Amino acid sequence: MTSRAGLHFKTYCMLLIMIVFAPLGNVMLGKGMKNVGTTAIWAPSELFHIAWRVFMSGYIWLGVASLLTFFVAYMLILSWADFSYVQPASSVALLVVALLGYFYLGERISPLHWAGIVIICLGVFVVGNTPPRTTEGH
Amino acid sequence: MREALLLFLVVVSGTGGEICVTRAMKHVGEVKDFRPLAVARVILRAMKLPWMWIGISMMALAFFSLLAVLSIENVSFVVPVTALNYAAGALGGKFFLGERVTPRRWAGVLIVCIGVTLVWLGKR
Repeated sequence: MTSRAGLHFKTYCMLLIMIVFAPLGNVMLGKGMKNVGTTAIWAPSELFHIAWRVFMSGYIWLGVASLLTFFVAYMLILSWADFSYVQPASSVALLVVALLGYFYLGERISPLHWAGIVIICLGVFVVGNTPPRTTEGH
Repeated sequence: MREALLLFLVVVSGTGGEICVTRAMKHVGEVKDFRPLAVARVILRAMKLPWMWIGISMMALAFFSLLAVLSIENVSFVVPVTALNYAAGALGGKFFLGERVTPRRWAGVLIVCIGVTLVWLGKR
C-alpha cells in the first residue's frame, strides 16, 4: 500500500524530470531542424536527403536523448497517476520551451503570443490541483 | 495548410499514442521499485503488450510530424499549439480509460484552448 504523501512525492519528482527534459528536447529538435533547413517539396528523394541530414545532426540526437529521458519518467508516472492529470500538469514545460525559444534560439514572440502562453499555463495551474488518481489501482 | 495538417497529426497521433501507453502501463501496475534493473524489467514487461507497440507507433508518427513542422515553424509556436492535446487527452482519458474528469479539469482544459487560440493568432 502506498501512502498518500509518498504517492505525491514520487509524482512531483517525476513531474520535475519531465518539465526539465521535455522542453530541452523540443528546443534541441527545433535547433536541429532549423539547421537541416526547410523544403517546399516533400518528394521521396528530397525526404531521403533530409532524413540523412536529420540523422547526422548532433542537436537532433541530444533532443532525442532528452525526450527519451522524459519518456521513461512519463511511463513510470503513468503506472500510478491518471493520464488526464499527468498530461496537463507536465505542460508547465510549455512556458520553459517559450523562454528557451526566446532567449536561446532568439525567436520573435509577439505580446499576443506571450499572452496565449501565459493563459495556457494558467489553464495548467487550474488543472494541476486535482487528485492524481481517480480510478482504482491494480 | 501544411503546418496545420502536421500539427493535427502531432496532436491526434501523439494523444492517441499516449492513451495506448497509459493503458499498457496501467496493465503492468504501479511501479514501486526505482532501481535501474527493476525499471528496466518494468519497461521490458510493458514492451510485451500490444497496446504499448500501438502507442509507440502512433507516438513515432507524431514525432516525425513534429520534426517536419519544426523545420518550418518556431519551437515557441509549435510546442504551445501542441497543448491542444490536453483537450484531446481529457476526452481520451474520460472515454477510453474511464478516468473521472472533474469540472475543474474541464475548466483548465478550456483555458488552455483559449491560450492556444491566442498563440495561433499572435503568430500572424
